[in-house]
Amino acid sequence: MTSFILRRLAVAIPTLLALIVFSFLLMEFSPGSPFATERGIPPAVMANLEAKYGLDRSLIERMGIYVWNIVSGFDFGPSFSFSNRSVNDIIAQGFPVTLTYGFWSFVVAVLVGVTLGAFAAIRHNSVLDYAAVGVTVGAQVLPNFVMAPILVLVFTLWLGWLPGGGWQGGQIEYIILPVIALSTSYMASIARITRSSMLETLNAGFVRTARAKGLPMRRVILRHALKPAMLPVVSYLGPAFVGMITGSVVIDVFFSTGGIGQFFVNSALSRDYSVILGITILFGALTIFFNLLVDVAYAWIDPKIRY
Amino acid sequence: MPLLSIDNLGVAFETPDGEVQAVNGLSFAVEPGETLAIVGESGSGKSQTAFATMGLLARNGHATGRVTFDGRDLIGLGERELNRIRGDAMSMIFQDPMTSLNPYLKIGPQMTEIFQLHKGVGRRQARAEAVRMLDAVRIPDARARLDQYPHEFSGGMRQRIMIAMALLCRPKLLIADEPTTALDVTVQAQILKLLAEIRAEFGTAMILITHDLGIVADTCDRTLVMYGGRVMERGPTDTLFARPSHPYTVGLMRAVPRLDVDQDDLLTIPGEPPDMSRLPGGCPFAPRCAHMREVCRDVMPPLEPYGALHRACHAPPAEVETEAVR
Repeated sequence: MTSFILRRLAVAIPTLLALIVFSFLLMEFSPGSPFATERGIPPAVMANLEAKYGLDRSLIERMGIYVWNIVSGFDFGPSFSFSNRSVNDIIAQGFPVTLTYGFWSFVVAVLVGVTLGAFAAIRHNSVLDYAAVGVTVGAQVLPNFVMAPILVLVFTLWLGWLPGGGWQGGQIEYIILPVIALSTSYMASIARITRSSMLETLNAGFVRTARAKGLPMRRVILRHALKPAMLPVVSYLGPAFVGMITGSVVIDVFFSTGGIGQFFVNSALSRDYSVILGITILFGALTIFFNLLVDVAYAWIDPKIRY
Repeated sequence: MPLLSIDNLGVAFETPDGEVQAVNGLSFAVEPGETLAIVGESGSGKSQTAFATMGLLARNGHATGRVTFDGRDLIGLGERELNRIRGDAMSMIFQDPMTSLNPYLKIGPQMTEIFQLHKGVGRRQARAEAVRMLDAVRIPDARARLDQYPHEFSGGMRQRIMIAMALLCRPKLLIADEPTTALDVTVQAQILKLLAEIRAEFGTAMILITHDLGIVADTCDRTLVMYGGRVMERGPTDTLFARPSHPYTVGLMRAVPRLDVDQDDLLTIPGEPPDMSRLPGGCPFAPRCAHMREVCRDVMPPLEPYGALHRACHAPPAEVETEAVR
């Protein structure tokens, strides 16, 4: 297992390098410039700016310096549009916000989804089952960018219970709506996957054996059925995580939470190359790391999987 | 008093095509320590009889009639009460050992949990008992193997583990549902021998469900032949095998391939097993029976004593027996 993890981490390095090069080239070939304005900048000023940010060098040189700075000092360079801030500063400011509501969204999606799906399967064909299926179908067709305005309409404008945006250092009432908006559709998918795999597991021979032993149903489910029923859910968590990352961009923009997604969008609009690259690399590294976690969880659940 | 007595048991399933009656008016008894074979083709209702007894019917199934075990009526007993009995005084092993052990749990916890649950002892004591029982079913190096997963064992080994698990609480009754069907022939013999020895040692009564007549002749005191959810014939195994008096039993016996005579073809019973959702009103075997009479179509013959046997057939025994000899 340890060697598997080390191997996977070793593979992650070229993957990340490829990601850097690819993103770098994409930025290079996209039109526009961080310094472009309506009025135009005098050539001398432009030359100075380009010299300051190293844009007068060749593409290869710039890429080399960029990669070297990351590898040697974890330095993602200065921002092009915020004059005295580095990309590291921006990530340090926005990432904790994204991480906070992202973490809770993930927890809510998994806990609520698994509970709902499991109960629907256990009470198969009951009112509870139909209700759960109805709710999850409804929730699944509501992506975050639809959920967010609906939530604000209901809970902020109509009921006035919760603020419709902002962060305020992460007070609970500012976290609730972003978490619901981001997690709902993933919660629904997880519930549906859990339900069908739990139904299958409950029909398995070993569940019948467990019942024949005289174990109470609660124990049959918790000890014998839950773990195997979780396998498809765990493999869905990888794509779900990636979806939540992209979803966080929507959440940040809509709720003005000040998370990293807001910077991501703004930097894309203002061609702030280094910020785009920095956040892309961060998201890439997170995705790789998370998929590694999923694989480890898989091996932990299923003893037949040995890497 | 019999250990288990089943009286007029019916098992029915609700399906999209209507109600399917898997078992109909079944009655029999098992005395303490004895072995009863339930024989029949696939779909004859033998496994469902076992599941009904254990309270393990599928969700869409329900049982009627009386199942009295150790003085208690099991049908209609709450899940809680039932859970005190199954696994403890009455246990079951299943057809396919590849799927009946939990592949995600080590053998140890799977075995100890049943002992801890019913005997209220600690993990250490349960583990010691599990090792002792694995030794009894001849699993070498039992202590170390408790920490292995089912996929690290062969099919025969897994069935041994199932047997050890089922006998851990020293049940009074063991129901074995085709315990050797999924195994190699050589392993089959070992498992049957093991079952016979262990049963003798612990004095466990057993219901052996099978379609293999060869197994029955060697291991079972009494035999019950089922067809279409009903008893066709039952009685002491010796008598039943020597002089079967029901056309279906005769057909089953004749279908067993013989090594002592030169046979070109395997004999079969003509026709198909019945469609359980559309059973005929009379004897379920009537459409395939060489001795069928008009009355067979409409009236199910009662189970009546005939010598040491009980048979449910309108044809006179003499007529059927001559065919058996032929």
